[in-house]
Amino acid sequence: MDCYTANWNPLGDSAFYRKYELYSMDWDLKEELRDCLVAAAPYGGPIALLRNPWRKEKVASIRPVLEIYSASGLPLASLLWKSGPVVSLGWSAEEELLCVQEDGVVLVYGLHGDFRRHFSMGNEVLQNRVLDARIFHTEFGSGVAILTGAHRFTLSANVGDLKLRRMPEVPGLQSAPSCWTTLCQDRVAHILLAVGPDLYLLDHAACSAVTPPGLAPGVSSFLQMAVSFTYRHLALFTDTGYIWMGTASLKEKLCEFNCNIRAPPKQMVWCSRPRSKERAVVVAWERRLMVVGDAPESIQYKQLTIQVLLDRLVLRRLYPLAIQICEYLRLPEVQGVSRILAHWACYKVQQKDVSDEDVARAINQKLGDTPGVSYSDIAARAYGCGRTELAIKLLEYEPRSGEQVPLLLKMKRSKLALSKAIESGDTDLVFTVLLHLKNELNRGDFFMTLRNQPMALSLYRQFCKHQELETLKDLYNQDDNHQELGSFHIRASYAAEERIEGRVAALQMAADAFYKAKNEFAAKATEDQMRLLRLQRRLEDELGGHFVDLSLHDTVTTLVLGGHSKRAEQLARDFRIPDKRLWWLKLTALADLEDWEELEKFSKSKKSPIGYLPFVEICMKQHNKYEAKKYASRVGPEQKVKALLLVGDVAQAADVAIEHRNEAELTLVLSHCTGTADAATADKIQRARAQAQKK
Amino acid sequence: MAFPHRPDAPELPDFSMLKRLARDQLIYLLEQQHEVDKLYKVENKPALSSNEQLCFLVRPRIKNMRYIASLVNADKLAGRTRKYKVIFSPQKFHACEMVLEEEGVYGDVSCDEWAFSLLPLDVDLLSMELPEFFRDYFLEGDQRWINTAVQALHLLSTLYGPFPNCYGIGRCTKMSYELWRKLEEEEDGETKGRRPEIGHIFLLDRDVDFVTALCSQVVYEGLVDDTFRIKCGSVDFGPEVTSSDRSLKVLLNAEDKVFNEIRNEHFSNVFGFLSQKARNLQAQYDRRRGMDIKQMKNFVSQELKGLKQEHRLLSVHIGACESIMKKKTKQDFQELIKTEHALLEGFNIRESTSYIEEHIDRQVSPIESLRLMCLLSLTENGLIPKDYRSLKTQYLQSYGPEHLLTFSNLRRAGLLTEQAPGDTLTAVESKVSKLVTDKAAGKITDAFSSLAKRSNFRAISKKLNLIPRVDGEYDLKVPRDMAYVFSGAYVPLSCRLIEQVLERRSWQGLDEVVRLLNCSELAFTDMTKEDKASSESLRLILVVFLGGCTFSEISALRFLGREKGYRFIFLTTAVTNSARLMEAMSEVKA
Repeated sequence: MDCYTANWNPLGDSAFYRKYELYSMDWDLKEELRDCLVAAAPYGGPIALLRNPWRKEKVASIRPVLEIYSASGLPLASLLWKSGPVVSLGWSAEEELLCVQEDGVVLVYGLHGDFRRHFSMGNEVLQNRVLDARIFHTEFGSGVAILTGAHRFTLSANVGDLKLRRMPEVPGLQSAPSCWTTLCQDRVAHILLAVGPDLYLLDHAACSAVTPPGLAPGVSSFLQMAVSFTYRHLALFTDTGYIWMGTASLKEKLCEFNCNIRAPPKQMVWCSRPRSKERAVVVAWERRLMVVGDAPESIQYKQLTIQVLLDRLVLRRLYPLAIQICEYLRLPEVQGVSRILAHWACYKVQQKDVSDEDVARAINQKLGDTPGVSYSDIAARAYGCGRTELAIKLLEYEPRSGEQVPLLLKMKRSKLALSKAIESGDTDLVFTVLLHLKNELNRGDFFMTLRNQPMALSLYRQFCKHQELETLKDLYNQDDNHQELGSFHIRASYAAEERIEGRVAALQMAADAFYKAKNEFAAKATEDQMRLLRLQRRLEDELGGHFVDLSLHDTVTTLVLGGHSKRAEQLARDFRIPDKRLWWLKLTALADLEDWEELEKFSKSKKSPIGYLPFVEICMKQHNKYEAKKYASRVGPEQKVKALLLVGDVAQAADVAIEHRNEAELTLVLSHCTGTADAATADKIQRARAQAQKK
Repeated sequence: MAFPHRPDAPELPDFSMLKRLARDQLIYLLEQQHEVDKLYKVENKPALSSNEQLCFLVRPRIKNMRYIASLVNADKLAGRTRKYKVIFSPQKFHACEMVLEEEGVYGDVSCDEWAFSLLPLDVDLLSMELPEFFRDYFLEGDQRWINTAVQALHLLSTLYGPFPNCYGIGRCTKMSYELWRKLEEEEDGETKGRRPEIGHIFLLDRDVDFVTALCSQVVYEGLVDDTFRIKCGSVDFGPEVTSSDRSLKVLLNAEDKVFNEIRNEHFSNVFGFLSQKARNLQAQYDRRRGMDIKQMKNFVSQELKGLKQEHRLLSVHIGACESIMKKKTKQDFQELIKTEHALLEGFNIRESTSYIEEHIDRQVSPIESLRLMCLLSLTENGLIPKDYRSLKTQYLQSYGPEHLLTFSNLRRAGLLTEQAPGDTLTAVESKVSKLVTDKAAGKITDAFSSLAKRSNFRAISKKLNLIPRVDGEYDLKVPRDMAYVFSGAYVPLSCRLIEQVLERRSWQGLDEVVRLLNCSELAFTDMTKEDKASSESLRLILVVFLGGCTFSEISALRFLGREKGYRFIFLTTAVTNSARLMEAMSEVKA
């Protein structure tokens, strides 16, 4: 039986530690690590080494080499460094390698050494060069802090959303601080720095001196400082060989320790094991390692979520493994397999040695129509890699045509975007594309495009009708759509123009357009309206009152009502008002005036083209039975019964109906027989009916 | 009266859920999200509120944007600053934002959306309350509301399960249906595995049947709509109905017990029914006499309230009836109905044309005249050129030249057209037929006739037997078919189509009708396996009208449901009638 405690060593009075090898590194390093810039990513992420960084004494011809290994030392990438001198390396939370150059330019590489992008930390940094740099992590992402040659700090708390902050000056700072670190408190990044025996905290606005509680006296300089991964704790190493451990807020001391080693340590870091309540600071010198622990206290340990784990696998291009994990965990497709396939596809489109067709086919074969996979996202990635044709091919697999539109617009395939938007049935999307096209194309081409897309055209017309009348006119002109152009001018003649002459001019344009459209009817009607408008104006001048904008009918009625019979007749002749209409019009107007004498004269002026029943009706509407009866006698036999019923002469109506032997008329009269007064009449009708049936 | 449903008729789905949903959303939106404390109606006048924040809940119309912009700009001029929020329902349109931008207020206004698309007006009637759907789509060719219709359908299928049997006819219907299907596929799983509650859905475009919508309504609910205009399920009865000096707003739905019994009745029966009801009510009141104190106490506490309620409703509807009778039983209305029936049956065309001409000459009503002209055109495959010119001339003389635009609209929508001059068509045809075989010539004729969007009403009417043969009087008290909604003269085309398709469970055998409707490519049947649908759900049918439906159509289908043991549910973009359709086409001076 093994002795489990054999390799445990005592640590202080009550604790033990042991050292054992988890695994051996697979790498085959030729240089010593001390000659390299090294950066290891958190959570067992990759390790980056920059060999042969710039040494002033070395010849420039030997270029440094950037190597990336997995945490276990498997080589992932190796490339010759061709850019400027690098001051610092670090990994972002997304496992992107940030290389901070002396000139303040930060180059970003992927896990596999693929160059992603670069950005600059600003002019001030460029001028004064980078003295030192740190990559740090916050809940928002990863940040970069720079100490420049002018002993000023510049930082960006999130390189994904680059906002540069130049920190305030530290008063009296003449040389570089002996040590510094970034802190993150209340969601704001600070810098803690040591100058001689003093500590300063820099935030956006101010520089304030701070003192750690319970710090032993006699310190003349701080040699190292270390902040824990969660920014909760801080450790300080002084020139007296004394270690202070406390909260990063500098409000509380956890413990202190005097190691009696005055040499500056090479490195000092916080370490803790998962779920362990013990924390310790590890201090390393050239040949010595020291672990300093403190009393137990609860801390939180945030686990890697399964999503982050999958992300990490995807980043390492271990797609099959990731998929197996998803399947094993029975993750819903959208969160699991689909997402990984989509990542795979995004990787696939970057393989420049494979033809567009092959890539598109391979992707479609694997993805098919897996739910949750967005072909437009993959296409966007292809476009990002400069493969526009591939992007278009991939978009064709996107079932939702609306989703294709934004990328097509970005790729300047606006016309294709327009058809896709129309296909989607989303008019708003169509409108968005239209506005794009309008800015992108010249007017002629824009109109031409619209012409081929009726749905877009009507949409645009609708908009123009309300907002851009002139454009609407141009659209019709372009299409030789004379009919609509005519309508346009008609509308303008009463909606846009106020003066009579302006209105007549608009009507003239309308008439011309209608002629061109071979719509003679509309042209003639428009010309009539021009004449009428002018005439109405004249009537207003001569007679006073209101005529403009009345219909022809109402104009004549107004004249009759105003006693201008002659003019009314003249107008009726000029505009060829049919006799029937004129008779109805005069009849109604004279009855309204209750000018019964004139009405009778009018009725006798010639044979009425509308018969005399209307006279009876209109008189009854004015409740003049006396006058109505006059006309009832003149009503022809066909409508006699109706006329008699109108004036309330049921008995005579019955006689006429019986005389006519007309069943419908008999029924009609019968329906008017109400009450006892008409009882005799009703009897008479029934008798006549019976007699008729006998025959 | 108000014939009961067959005992095996299915229960209607519960729409109160939709109502609750809409109410809760609105309260949350206004109170929680936007801290609204007072509501005003958006009217075209200056805002009187002195609040620090104005919140507008509006339809995404350019007119509304202009109004909001003018308010904001007026505030700016007055040196006043406040917050402005615009909530668009059912969605925001890019064009609206553009208008705000062009008016220079985009930065001052924040926008939000309320995706509200279904308003339950009654137990069997859902409305999208989008009257502009009709003009925008069928006249302007603007498809902006299709998405809203698709969202509404999607909401229904998430609430009431998938629809195992789908039928549809019309261009807009087809497009909406396809987009809806696509959406359902994308959001797979939501309805998957659900038991369908509604067995059939039938969608149709308003332009498949304009004729029915243009007829005068004579069933009570339709007649009330034609006479007083029902808005959002309620009507304002003016002093002539209430016989007081105030108007009364009355909700018209199944909860009004009196209304529920007469809504689907032919008007000629309604007055008799109401007076009988009044006598019964009086008798119930009269029972008070001779009651002892205990009985009286019971009567007052239990029955009186109900009786009073009924009394109130009765007097409202009797008032409405009187008012309608005053307007409609005049000789004019009889003549009008007679002319309509003549047009539907296709006899005495000359006489009807003269009637219409006189109608125009006498300036009876601009909207009514238009309606008659359109009915003439629709039933006769367009007006003969002479009539087309003369009726239009007369109309312009009566009502002003701006109606040149109205006629242009009506022609574009296919409502008022000119018969293709026979000569030119035959000339081309005979020329062509000399060159090709007869069969090909037939095809070319078809092509020609489909070029001009023509109504083939007469042939359709014959095929579908829309004009019932009447031996003797049609007993309107005991209707025998859906024609009773038009006094027994005409079975609504839309309803007949639905009846026929439901009977066949497809369009099979209706090819000729579909062709005559110019919908050869636009009629579809889509069935899924029915094993999950209960027999009860298979007798529940959702009818969707894109572009609006009339109360007459609703009454006719309710009747059909009672006859066959179905229940119909209606979803419409808006409830419409002939006047609303004509107004949508009319050009009016602003």
